[in-house]
Amino acid sequence: MAFTHLHELIRMANERGVTIGQLMLEVEAEQTGRTKEEILARMARQFDVMEEAVRKGTREPVMTRSGITGGDGHRMHAYLQRGQSFVHPDTLRATAYALAVSEVNAGMGRIVATPTAGSAGILPGVLVAALDSGRYRREELVMALLTAAAIGLVIANSASISGAAGGCQAEVGSATAMAAGALVELAGGTPEQVGHAVGLALKNSLGLVCDPVGGLVEVPCIVRNGLHAITAMTAADMALAGVRSVIPPDEVIAVLHEIGKDMPVSLRETGIGGLAGTPTGKALREKVFGDRAARRNAGPTLAEAACREPAVAGGTGESHRGDAS
Amino acid sequence: MKYQSAFDIIGPVMVGPSSSHTAGAVRIGNIVRQVLGEAPRRVKFELAGSFAETYRGHGTDLALLAGVLGLPTDSEDIPNAEQVAASHGLQYAFAKVNLGQVHPNTVLVTATGDTRTVQVLASSIGGGKVEVQELDGLPLKFSGERPTLILYHEDRKGFLATVSRILDASGYNIARLALERRSRGGEAVTVCEVDEAVQEDLVQALRGSIPVLRDIRLVYVA
Ligand code: SF4
Repeated sequence: MAFTHLHELIRMANERGVTIGQLMLEVEAEQTGRTKEEILARMARQFDVMEEAVRKGTREPVMTRSGITGGDGHRMHAYLQRGQSFVHPDTLRATAYALAVSEVNAGMGRIVATPTAGSAGILPGVLVAALDSGRYRREELVMALLTAAAIGLVIANSASISGAAGGCQAEVGSATAMAAGALVELAGGTPEQVGHAVGLALKNSLGLVCDPVGGLVEVPCIVRNGLHAITAMTAADMALAGVRSVIPPDEVIAVLHEIGKDMPVSLRETGIGGLAGTPTGKALREKVFGDRAARRNAGPTLAEAACREPAVAGGTGESHRGDAS
Repeated sequence: MKYQSAFDIIGPVMVGPSSSHTAGAVRIGNIVRQVLGEAPRRVKFELAGSFAETYRGHGTDLALLAGVLGLPTDSEDIPNAEQVAASHGLQYAFAKVNLGQVHPNTVLVTATGDTRTVQVLASSIGGGKVEVQELDGLPLKFSGERPTLILYHEDRKGFLATVSRILDASGYNIARLALERRSRGGEAVTVCEVDEAVQEDLVQALRGSIPVLRDIRLVYVA
């Protein structure tokens, strides 16, 4: 079967009397010829990598290579332990964890792309926080990853999970929807409720542009992961409470695709428009690449020449394919 | 369907910061190395679209280089790819190009080893997945996710029939197949993805039974 529509997954899950996560497991086994145990074992290893990144980024401040960001996962983790936060500390923990993983990613550390590296904080953020709540077993969290995978497959196949193609709504938005749906199944919700959680979470992410400062996966990526972890949890709670997404989730996914296509190129991962184009965004770009270019000038390679090329925006003045070689 | 496996979404395990720009770029580099089939001496990366705008920030340059050097997507050596390249005596260059209507994250890689040069046009399509768009200027698409045979041959009647007969007899199932030729009866390339891991005796069987087959490369970057 192909994962293209959520309503089909919901129908099939109901027909077979299984959760969406279990359906994903069955389909994965059918399509790959691997046993369910093998698939679960591999998924458990992905979860371990996620947890390692969470611990790494909260235990100590992780600084990114550019020096623009870093240490916020650790900072939030220390803050929530004081117990004075507006948001309940158990909830805020998901934010701290999501920030931590995103910082590990930006620091060229090891993470699991869920669905992408830029949005890799959200799912581990909410799931490791759920693990630490003591209410769920590790195996249940691994099953929740399969729920998230099924949702992500639908979005990837019928819309996009690439910031360059669909803006940040396609990355952080998809991750938020995946996390919301995963939490619904973790809590014992129905396949329909998973669908509504996806619809609700995505609706709150539509239109989100991809505007990384300096083209680096740091600003605004890291804080978006932290904040969208909360969005995911709230969307899950809303769906579990019986709130419905009036626009059916598949239509929300379809419109995500439409909006992505309508976004100007400057707001799709080119590091030109949006926050990247603010005075501070531009100054940071200058600072980071000025430093790095200076460092490279000491190096012996041909790449040096490429790095000294003037940056050209938007396709004018670049060399063309025919005269490239 | 571009995305089929749960591990396309919950994965890959990779070194950051960007699945399109780092993990995907490593995979493209890995594919180029496998298509070349020997240690690269010189590599040129021509980047288009978002790749061109942000390659330095995302570490795409280091990732492509690491991939060509054969490092996997989760190697903690990726940040040090320049040093690794230097120690292997690999020369490399990056340039920006306009490739016309292609996916935003596209790169044209020209790699030269001791005996041959290959050119691969590939895109990083999101979540670390990649798609080769052209091989040596021929419109051949493949992802490298399944074991992929690249057959360099002369365009002859019955070639595909023979290939599929040998694959079938050896217990392989063809998942995707494409043939492109430069001219009728001239140089041709066939890309054949199979479901099973390719064993050396298959390569021998193909070489031994098809005189017009000049060369075989195996690509697999799962
Ligand atoms: S702003 Fe762009 S690079 Fe950053 S997380 Fe969003 S989609 Fe990814």
